[in-house]
Amino acid sequence: MFDLTGKSALITGASGGIGADIARALHAQGATVGLSGTRTEPLEALQSELGDRAHVLPCNLSDMTAVDALPKQAIEAMGAVDILVNNAGITRDNLFMRMSDEEWQSVLDVNLTSTFKLCKGVMRGMMKARWGRIVNISSIVGATGNPGQANYAASKAGMIGMSKSLAYEVASRGITVNAVAPGFIATAMTDKLTDEQKSGIMGQIPAGRMGEPSEIAGAVVYLASSEAAYVTGATLHVNGGMSML
Amino acid sequence: MSDVAERVKKIVVEHLGVEEDKVTENASFIDDLGADSLDTVELVMAFEEEFGIEIPDDAAENIQTFGDAVKFIKEAS
Repeated sequence: MFDLTGKSALITGASGGIGADIARALHAQGATVGLSGTRTEPLEALQSELGDRAHVLPCNLSDMTAVDALPKQAIEAMGAVDILVNNAGITRDNLFMRMSDEEWQSVLDVNLTSTFKLCKGVMRGMMKARWGRIVNISSIVGATGNPGQANYAASKAGMIGMSKSLAYEVASRGITVNAVAPGFIATAMTDKLTDEQKSGIMGQIPAGRMGEPSEIAGAVVYLASSEAAYVTGATLHVNGGMSML
Repeated sequence: MSDVAERVKKIVVEHLGVEEDKVTENASFIDDLGADSLDTVELVMAFEEEFGIEIPDDAAENIQTFGDAVKFIKEAS
């Protein structure tokens, strides 16, 4: 089950907690992985950990020229992109009334516009191959909203709407487009929360704990597999029951 | 029929699975040859590769018939 031998996967945000585990999991199933991220050092560390079938593809997703170039670089390095995981994301939290245009735009650019551009950049190859998997890493807050995160929540909800629309268009070509919506996962992003915030959140999670990055990676492996061919336009919520959507 | 037209016809026949004699000068990909909108995108991609040219999106929108495609490609290549 879930064998990805011979498939090539491009993962953005592979230097982060969730992205690195997604790359590890896809690689463990036999895929060749393209590790993209802004910081080269952690990508190279991950590459040496994985050994063969791993390529480092640095890219700053707020630089739209670099975003346009990334699919081509990935295809050059790996021969194709069969699986695209749009995992990179940033937060610039602020109360709505205090949120600047710049805080709004930078989050929309990195989280949503780069996802659009990367999907577009890999689509030609997937259409020709009559096989493709796109997994967009959204967030629970895209469905529920979150105070202080109007920009982030909008970008994550936008990813879901975009995924569904694209899923419609390319379903007949053997390409699936799905989203994974993590709840609270133990990463650098959630480390920034205060203990008080954390205990407040914990009270809302039936599972009684934060999720692990590997638990997101498992969902991505499933959606990337041939076994998931009939799942498209879906959002897979991985949140310990925090929000049962 | 010119070489370009022959090559375009071959792509259309293969991609849309239609009879060769249906692919006439004024045959519309969508109305006459059963293409959907995504098929037309794929046809343009196939033309680009076959002839080594770039067909910008606004030009692609105007390629609606077999004749349109042949004419555009002749001018572009």
